[in-house]
Amino acid sequence: MDIGLTHYLVLSVLLFGVGLYGVLSRRNAVVILMCIELMLNAANLTLVAFSRYIFFYGQAIVIFSLVIAAAEVSVGLATIITFYRQRKNIDIKNINLLKW
Amino acid sequence: MNLDLLRPEICLAVTAIVVIAVDLFFRHKLLVTITSIVGLLVSFGMAISLIGSHELSVGNGLFILDNYAIYFKFLFLGIACLVILASTDYVKRLQNLHGEFHALLLTATLGAMLTATAQDIIAMLLSIELTAISLYALVAMLKNSKSSESAVKYLLLGAVNSAILLFGLALVFGFSGSTSLLDIAQTVSSIQVGNIADNAGLIFGLVLILAGFAFKIAVVPFHMWAPDVYEGAPTPITLFLSTVSKIAGFSILVRFLLTGFSLPESLSNNWGVILAVVSAITMTAGNLLALTQHNIKRLLAYSSIAQSGYMLIAVATMGIGSFHTISSSSLLYYLTAFAVAEVAVFTVIIIASKHKDNDDIADYAGLAKQSPLLACAMTLGLLSLMGLPPLVGFMGKLYVFSQAVQHDLLWLVIIAVVNSVISACYYLKIIRAIWVDAPASADNIRSSFAPKAVLLIACAGILLFGILPSILISGTEWGADLISGIWEFFR
Repeated sequence: MDIGLTHYLVLSVLLFGVGLYGVLSRRNAVVILMCIELMLNAANLTLVAFSRYIFFYGQAIVIFSLVIAAAEVSVGLATIITFYRQRKNIDIKNINLLKW
Repeated sequence: MNLDLLRPEICLAVTAIVVIAVDLFFRHKLLVTITSIVGLLVSFGMAISLIGSHELSVGNGLFILDNYAIYFKFLFLGIACLVILASTDYVKRLQNLHGEFHALLLTATLGAMLTATAQDIIAMLLSIELTAISLYALVAMLKNSKSSESAVKYLLLGAVNSAILLFGLALVFGFSGSTSLLDIAQTVSSIQVGNIADNAGLIFGLVLILAGFAFKIAVVPFHMWAPDVYEGAPTPITLFLSTVSKIAGFSILVRFLLTGFSLPESLSNNWGVILAVVSAITMTAGNLLALTQHNIKRLLAYSSIAQSGYMLIAVATMGIGSFHTISSSSLLYYLTAFAVAEVAVFTVIIIASKHKDNDDIADYAGLAKQSPLLACAMTLGLLSLMGLPPLVGFMGKLYVFSQAVQHDLLWLVIIAVVNSVISACYYLKIIRAIWVDAPASADNIRSSFAPKAVLLIACAGILLFGILPSILISGTEWGADLISGIWEFFR
């Protein structure tokens, strides 16, 4: 069996779905951040697959998206630390001050 | 590379770094504010010097310079200047984060300006993220429990949103073969009518990207973050989120759809109808949810969701009609009118919140007796948002609705007019509290000169552009010229 573009695309859609499921079902803010990384990496995998099989320069976008992911995680962890200092935990079931 | 055409942006980036250095070495708060204002004004001057230049490809095709981009540069720089002036008193609450506040506000503005000029997938992604990441940090800046909670919400939902956006962009890149919107337009326009199902990957990518933009402009069903974040964020940042961040979302939404996906016509009709339906749902949901709110920032968040619905009418008109220029001019008019009114309303909240413990509407009872200037500005802003003649909001609504009627969207206009009536209930609720109810205390509300000047500028804008709309319309018609580039390209 030849592994082609379609296989990579299906894999990346599955990865994206696993990440999205994690975001929706997990309670710990850091784990949610990890699941978001999974979603971003699914997009990166799509780009790399396209650049391997069709258009060479898709790889360049991956470098940019890695930088964005790193920046987002660093700001994200800092934000979660400020939240931790207020509430003494990072369980998102405690995010309940602001509603409706 | 002709990067000199990006000189307003480069100037703003340099200013942000200088502001951090000034804060580090001089520790002088007034100096930081003055530096950022001077940087914004210099950048504004550089944007003026760009008037008349028209370049399809700036920086190897990453950016485009047309009247549309320049119009948004003026708008963003103006609003950022007003936000910084309005928050001169408020920033004292941020203790030692004075420099960071200004630097991050400048980088967020820079991101918004780049968003309006981007015409390449990579540039779009980077500039949207620049605005978003700066705002995550700004929202958390008060460091109390409400602010940090809203920051965590904004961050987690915003990060999911950028993953969705990136996935959509990856699919569009893969199935069209290019990162440039002009090349994507060429691939898309060659799709045969009735053959759209063969390009399912491309259409799926387009849908994901539209979901990503819908989050930025807070339309239903991607609006849930807005009320929480608006309520918890520092009030100047709420103003910035509801104006600059939202307008930047609209600028890139319109450019993306009109440049990349306006041909073939069956496709643009499809997204036009989808956006019309989304717009009807958005304004109805926003207005109905606003009716029951007690917190003024939360109420204004729902009101701004409803306003996004009115703005989407103009975007839907662009998809359905073939005559884009006047429709985009009406959108620019509405965005400007909305921004001026929001500046007036939120500046009043910024000044008054020094004296009120929280932002409940009941706390604004008798504001007219405590400070007539604040009460007048708030009333003008709210009436303009409501769409009462002769204020600028009325002209904006008239302009957008008349365009929609000409393009067979009468049903949407009827829904919008009914919604305007519903919205009067909650806007008038605030106005009644201000003028009729008795104040809790008789002491006057004081503020320094800069926020008052912002109020006067905003009120003057609301009245002037409302009574003499031709001044602003000549500007928006000049700025609406964005589609011409793609016709040149195809020729």
